[in-house]
Amino acid sequence: MEDFFTLDLLTRILRMSTPLLFAALGGLLSERSGVINIALEGLILLGAFFAVAGTYWTGDPYIGLVIGVLCAMAGALVHAIWSITFRGDQIVVGTAVNLIAMGLTAFLVKSIWGQAGGSDRVTSLYKFWGMSILVPVAFALVPVVWFFLFRTKQGLRLQACGEHPQAAVSAGINITLYRYGAVLMSGLLAGLGGAYLSIGNLNYFTLDMSNGRGFIALAAVILGGWTPFGALTAALLFGAAEGIQIQGQSTPGFPISSDLLVALPYIVTLIAITMFVKSRTGPAGLGKHATTS
Amino acid sequence: MKPLRISSGAWVAVVGSVSAVIVALFLGGVVMRLSGADPVKAYEALINGAFVGRRSIAETLIYSAPLILGGLAFAISSRAGLFNIGIEGQLITGGFIAGLVGAWDLGLPGPVYMPLALLSGALGGAVWGFIPGYLKARTGAHEVITTIMLNYLAMRIITYLTLRQSGILPVDSTMLATKRVAPEAMLPRLMPPTRLHLGIVIAVVAAIVLWYVLFRTRFGFKVRAVGLSQGASAYGGIKWGATIAIAMAIAGALSGLAGAGESLGLHGRHWATTPGYGFTAIAVGLVGRNHPLAVILSGLLFGALNAGAPSMQSAGVSKEIVLLIQGFIILAVAALEVVNRLPAIRSKLARKSAAQKAGS
Repeated sequence: MEDFFTLDLLTRILRMSTPLLFAALGGLLSERSGVINIALEGLILLGAFFAVAGTYWTGDPYIGLVIGVLCAMAGALVHAIWSITFRGDQIVVGTAVNLIAMGLTAFLVKSIWGQAGGSDRVTSLYKFWGMSILVPVAFALVPVVWFFLFRTKQGLRLQACGEHPQAAVSAGINITLYRYGAVLMSGLLAGLGGAYLSIGNLNYFTLDMSNGRGFIALAAVILGGWTPFGALTAALLFGAAEGIQIQGQSTPGFPISSDLLVALPYIVTLIAITMFVKSRTGPAGLGKHATTS
Repeated sequence: MKPLRISSGAWVAVVGSVSAVIVALFLGGVVMRLSGADPVKAYEALINGAFVGRRSIAETLIYSAPLILGGLAFAISSRAGLFNIGIEGQLITGGFIAGLVGAWDLGLPGPVYMPLALLSGALGGAVWGFIPGYLKARTGAHEVITTIMLNYLAMRIITYLTLRQSGILPVDSTMLATKRVAPEAMLPRLMPPTRLHLGIVIAVVAAIVLWYVLFRTRFGFKVRAVGLSQGASAYGGIKWGATIAIAMAIAGALSGLAGAGESLGLHGRHWATTPGYGFTAIAVGLVGRNHPLAVILSGLLFGALNAGAPSMQSAGVSKEIVLLIQGFIILAVAALEVVNRLPAIRSKLARKSAAQKAGS
């Protein structure tokens, strides 16, 4: 068991929290503006895939990173157009974006690499102590998002769009613009989370490598009470579940079967969301539109 | 009983759903063209694979059965106001349990064994569906998150149980599946030598029963009432929590039945994989506008799409394109909802300009 509690465990937890943190910060901005974003899962997948594809095409992982993020933002734009302009059911639209991301990436993997399971290996982003450069970026973004939301005029206006869209319109806030901005930012952040999974933590893409992280990130937003530092805490909790799982699997003689251990992040999320959700209330105008006359 | 009449609103819905499918197929064609394939050839292959010949028609019906049942599961949860993305988990739970019961070889005669295996699958799915319904009713935990987590959980638990050759469960860890289902527990084949089995009949009967329950019984009224307005239905004395929990259990039972049909009718065992039908079922329900009888038709459509997809490979298009087309269909349905609302918007604008003219 002394093999279990090592510095490795700590870095593993940080590494597994990172994609959740990116996506959770994105989901936080979107939800604070009043748009439910269950498309996070698909946006992570788009970011992960196109970061690898971009790296494969250009040979440069940093250009790949940009391409991945842009493609995730394109997916977010679809979510925004349908949810905000067309006023579609935001959960239905999010599901469609997720399906499209799943289908498109599976289709393109076959077209580009001629194999069904995943991509070839590419160069990954810079790493230190076994951690990607994107790990500190994710954690540094937490106070940035906090400052934006609670200390800037634009951030407070964004919150008004989510709390009371009608009042925001009355106060002369261009609610459509703020919501588009927030959803696009969620695409950028989820895209970073996805690129981290594929060319940050690893150096290839596998099918459905998002593995429910978009939904776990959404659970982190709710559990964190729709605040950046709350989301950070929750992301660390869920990341810890995943880190412990991986560390447990690679520790010989670990008492729990590795086949069961892989279920740990999902169990922790399920328990956390049911135990603590009652005390959490989200933006009052979530999923609501301002009635224009 | 009143005769079925199709209202003008229903016609709008039918036209909307059909045009959504056409738009999505066109967009799918654009993607094929961009990837360098010939969409006309690919769709020809799709139609051949789905409709031409006895075998193709049988395959379409085989694929339709779980999709209709899954679509019904989505429909009843949506009618109760819940978005059930957990159909996949409920389906594999049902398939696994039906597979276990069928593989135990209890030595029962077919007329007892087969229904028993089917029902135990439905029961397993019902439990997996009841959990998120109950959690939502008790704690308010959002079903989108809980059902997704339960999907992954079901998958991991089933993999764990099939990999562990404990000797208690009839599993075959080398195949990552249950052992073969006893012949007495298998669903009868309808059209040998094709693989067509009783599943499609079960699905159609389930759709008719669900239609009756939703639109002709007190419970169905309650389900639709809580879905339309939680507050108003509570004011009318309907228990919201109990109603959504039962509706979710029924959704789970339908999904479980879908999985059981796959194990007992098609594969003869339960493979520990996720077929992805749970996500297609959402599209089936949406295109069928959550109406059980329309779900039969949209289930057949998606069944044909899935049955024909492998044939598209001959035209150089990988079958994953079908997932993409399903996503497009959902987006098109959502976009066409806006068009449905257009007359109202237009008349509002007309009134506004008339008022401005009167004012000037």
